[in-house]
Amino acid sequence: MENITQAIQGIPLNHYILLSAIIFAIGVMGVLIRRNAIVIFMSVELMLNAVNLLLTAFSAYRGDAAGQVFVFFIMALAAAEVAVGLAIIVMVYRNTSSVDINVLNKLKW
Amino acid sequence: MINLVYLVPVFPLIGFLINGLGRNVWSKTLVSWIGSLAILLSFGLSLGIFFELQAATQKSFLVPIFDWISVGSLHIPFSFLVDPLSAIMLLIVTGIGFLIHVYSSGYMHEDAGFAKFFAYLNLFIFFMLLLVLGSNYVVMFIGWEGVGLCSYLLIGFWFTNGNYASAAKKAFVINRIGDLGFLLGVFLIYSTFGSVEFAQVFPQAALMAPGNATLALITILLFIGATGKSAQLPLFTWLPDAMAGPTPVSALIHAATMVTAGIYMITRSNILFTLAPFTTEIIAVVGLATAIVAALIALTQNDIKKVLAYSTVSQLGYMFLGLGVGAYTGAFFHVITHAFFKALLFLGAGSVIHAMHHEQDMRSMGGLRQKLPITFLTMLTGTIAISGLPPFSGFFSKDEILAHAYEHSPILWAIGVAGAMLTAFYMFRMLFLTFFGTFRGTKDQEKHLHESPASMTIPLVVLAILSIVGGFIGVPEVLGGHHWLAQFLSPVLAYTNAVAGETIPLDHATEYLLMCISVGAALISIAVAYVIYISRKAVPAADTEERSFLSNLSYHKFYIDELYSAIITRPLDIISQFFFKVVDKLGIDGLVNGIGTSAKEASKTLRLIQTGNVGFYIFMMVLGIVALLIYGFYHI
Repeated sequence: MENITQAIQGIPLNHYILLSAIIFAIGVMGVLIRRNAIVIFMSVELMLNAVNLLLTAFSAYRGDAAGQVFVFFIMALAAAEVAVGLAIIVMVYRNTSSVDINVLNKLKW
Repeated sequence: MINLVYLVPVFPLIGFLINGLGRNVWSKTLVSWIGSLAILLSFGLSLGIFFELQAATQKSFLVPIFDWISVGSLHIPFSFLVDPLSAIMLLIVTGIGFLIHVYSSGYMHEDAGFAKFFAYLNLFIFFMLLLVLGSNYVVMFIGWEGVGLCSYLLIGFWFTNGNYASAAKKAFVINRIGDLGFLLGVFLIYSTFGSVEFAQVFPQAALMAPGNATLALITILLFIGATGKSAQLPLFTWLPDAMAGPTPVSALIHAATMVTAGIYMITRSNILFTLAPFTTEIIAVVGLATAIVAALIALTQNDIKKVLAYSTVSQLGYMFLGLGVGAYTGAFFHVITHAFFKALLFLGAGSVIHAMHHEQDMRSMGGLRQKLPITFLTMLTGTIAISGLPPFSGFFSKDEILAHAYEHSPILWAIGVAGAMLTAFYMFRMLFLTFFGTFRGTKDQEKHLHESPASMTIPLVVLAILSIVGGFIGVPEVLGGHHWLAQFLSPVLAYTNAVAGETIPLDHATEYLLMCISVGAALISIAVAYVIYISRKAVPAADTEERSFLSNLSYHKFYIDELYSAIITRPLDIISQFFFKVVDKLGIDGLVNGIGTSAKEASKTLRLIQTGNVGFYIFMMVLGIVALLIYGFYHI
């Protein structure tokens, strides 16, 4: 375990932050630009995991395991969320024969 | 007997409750018996009280009923005061009240609201008795307001007629102006003397200096109250309109009892007024002005009840003239005799109206003498009495007032005699137009002319006898009398007599001369009326004909109603229209509705943002987060 921690600390913290920021930005752009509900869903996961990455990096640098435990909880929660989200998308597809979010514009004034 | 005085108002109250609650149950006969019997019992008790009081050496009995208000230093018991003044008022109210109840059982017999009418009459008697019996100003005020209420209910008795209903409202509103004055006067009495009990106020007041400013203010406020209730200038316009009520009501409330409440109140508070010479001057002038103005209006009226109404206002003016010149006994004497002959005249007019099937215009009458002999004779008695011919009752009382006015100032006396001339003229004009000449109504009316039933003629006869002999309770010494009334009332006027001292009576020669002049003046008026309405057979012009300027002025009541409506009602209407249309409708409603409308309009625009496009929502969410981030960077 010592080695892993050292290996992590071998790379400067700024790089982790930058990487996380880039992944998060890609996720945001994906959500904003794509119209396919599944792709948007994946982009959301990307944003989530960018945050997870940052949490583990900080946790390793501070030598505090609490951050990594927290990440496990987030992953468990994300799994549940994915199950619900995919189920919704399946239902949308069954009703509209499409996963294009622009079709879902019935709820308005 | 005096300890039972509380029963006197209780009987009418019971009568009111029985008739009021069972108005749809009892038969008309039962209703009239209950109503009349209640008053008769009260009258019997009042007679007992009167004779007991006359025999007793003590002349003032305080009969406590219960403690009513007791808060801090304010202590108002509900108690009755029996003294010569209230004893005589009891007799007038219950005695004439009883006769009018009997009369009503005949007059109102065809009316659907028969039981309601008797219930109201009994309630009126109850409140009137409270008014005259109360031993303090607050109990008096309850009665004062109560009679006003009953007056309103009875003027508007035939309320389905819009004019009658508004006459009732008018009477109520104008009375309210006066009542406010009375109420303020009572407040001022309490703050000045620390009590509203007569027995505590008057001794304290007697110690004050004449011309005291507080006393002047109190008396002016009380006098304003009296002008409202007793129909004096400038508040008299309600009384002629009050003739909308059934005729017995006019006789009982608007001639004999309620309208004399103001005179009763001032006589009761005589010491306050004696010590306020400024107020008494005002009272004398207002009374005289009212007497003359009302008499002038009465000259040209064609409605038989309107003539009597203005005559009542005019006679009340004489009573106030008497109060103003310090002739409390004379004024109260006139209250008594006026109650007799004016009730008689009104009931007689009611009998005529009954025979004519509710025709009140004298232009359609005439020659009723043969058809209605009892009514004619009794009304002739009343007319002679009010004109002031000896030895009928009106002569003694009016003469006493005029004699005191002469002592005060010969000018007041001269104007008073002129008013008496007018009185004699318009009363005989009414009599001649109604009972003499030829019948001017329709054939149908002529066929149905009939003398009224006994229930109506008996009260007329009784009142006619009273009108003849009523004056003998106050025969002045110059005519060899003892003036029993003055002696009987002297305990009530004790403070005033002590302050004013013994007035030097006029020498007999002057007094004879004054009497001769006033009687002569009345006789001349009667002769003039005879020439115009019998010898020349003049009939008042129809409404469509042109009138001379003066006659027009009198016929239209000096345009006083129009004047009031122009200077008071109209501006009030305009102001309330302004408040209604501008302040309320535009201002307040505008503000409230404006807030509602703006919220509605704003949301109508804003809801268009909700497009239903998920991508747009997410974009907006991101924009929001970015904005928050930027905000966070600059503010942490």
